[in-house]
Amino acid sequence: MVQRLDYLRETASQTAGPYVHIGLAPGAAGFDIYARELGCDIAGPNAAGERIRVEGLVIDGTGAPVKDVLLEVWQANAEGVYAHPEGGGAVEDGFRGWGRVITDFDTGAWGFDTVKPGKVPGRMGRVQAPHLNLWIVARGINVGQNTRIYFDDEAGANAADPVLNLIEWENRRRTLVARREMRDGKPVYRFDIRLQGADETVFFVI
Amino acid sequence: MTRPAEYYQRNRALHPPALTPGYKTSVARSPRQSLISLENTISEITGPRFGHNDIDAGDNDLLTNYARPGEGPIGERIILHGRVLDENARPVAGTLVEIWQANAGGRYRHRKDSYLAPIDPNFGGCGRTVTDENGYYFFRTVKPGAYPWRNYVNSWRPAHIHLSIFGAAFAQRLITQCYFEGDPLIPICPIVQTIPDPEAVAQLVAKLDLNATIPLDSIAYKFDIVLRGRRSTLFENRLEGN
Repeated sequence: MVQRLDYLRETASQTAGPYVHIGLAPGAAGFDIYARELGCDIAGPNAAGERIRVEGLVIDGTGAPVKDVLLEVWQANAEGVYAHPEGGGAVEDGFRGWGRVITDFDTGAWGFDTVKPGKVPGRMGRVQAPHLNLWIVARGINVGQNTRIYFDDEAGANAADPVLNLIEWENRRRTLVARREMRDGKPVYRFDIRLQGADETVFFVI
Repeated sequence: MTRPAEYYQRNRALHPPALTPGYKTSVARSPRQSLISLENTISEITGPRFGHNDIDAGDNDLLTNYARPGEGPIGERIILHGRVLDENARPVAGTLVEIWQANAGGRYRHRKDSYLAPIDPNFGGCGRTVTDENGYYFFRTVKPGAYPWRNYVNSWRPAHIHLSIFGAAFAQRLITQCYFEGDPLIPICPIVQTIPDPEAVAQLVAKLDLNATIPLDSIAYKFDIVLRGRRSTLFENRLEGN
């Protein structure tokens, strides 16, 4: 026999289920209960940097859009600072860098408005390309899936990004790169998430 | 430059795998490729923070937060309480805990739930709170009912409350479900059965807590939550392999 390690064991994940909206976005579930729903404003009014929109679909292994997903985004500001004591500095008043969005019950479309993040420090003194961190939960997803959104107009930074370069299959790296287009004078990035199958999005264990 | 202390790698054996055919919806929604394992960077060791400005004092009382004045929901009055800890057994203070659940009849207040049990006009079914300096949280609610769902034709969910917890870092983010001691539906639930480790299942079952019961008022169940722990020492990793 040996001594026991006295660490606690992490609580197991369970699916968020089809009614996740009740807890995390009750307005979408169809009722009004809280004075303030959380995660509706990622950047706030004072954030510097380019205002962008990001939108897409979540697509399952049969090719169908998933219509009961909740996504959370976590990002740095345009200077590459996270709103956190270890985030690398101060952020603009009102900048949270965190948002919550659901897919449309009829179409599966999701989208949010924010500012484009800056480069952030990586490990070993390297630099990470601008990216949004995503966490995806839904009925049928047993453990929230982590992925990242990079930007196709950051080709140089993406080519040097230590996380993208960890992905052995170069052809899969593009699943993490959002495509920029202009709509009514405003930049919109398209980012579809494929949970399974051809062009399956790269997911991370973080 | 100081390297940030990392979170312990998640023990995936405690968690359900993505593909669990007994829970049918997972089949088309689970990746087939291996996930890419990342070492922590600033993107993972940071995460959103919440305070009392984000919520209201009554948000954790589901007996009153949607009830008409002077009325209350039907059902068994319960207290759900416990601590949010990390794997080092340290309290996770000031973290947001959000819950949602069916009413006592097993019906959710949701546009997509069409179960024949009635909506309770005095029950919304969601609550939220921020843990105190000891990691402690507390909700008042009614015990949710079991309900049928289309997995197999005769599948029933055990009574459960969904919980969402943030921790201090995006790496600690967790959604789970709390079950109740003594429920015979727990061992036969296809969603519970996605978890391969029996001890990990036991850790999701709240225990009757007579000490916290309020006599002649509410039965208490205790549910502690454990998030990923963090190294206390900083290491400079070798450059090899990078």
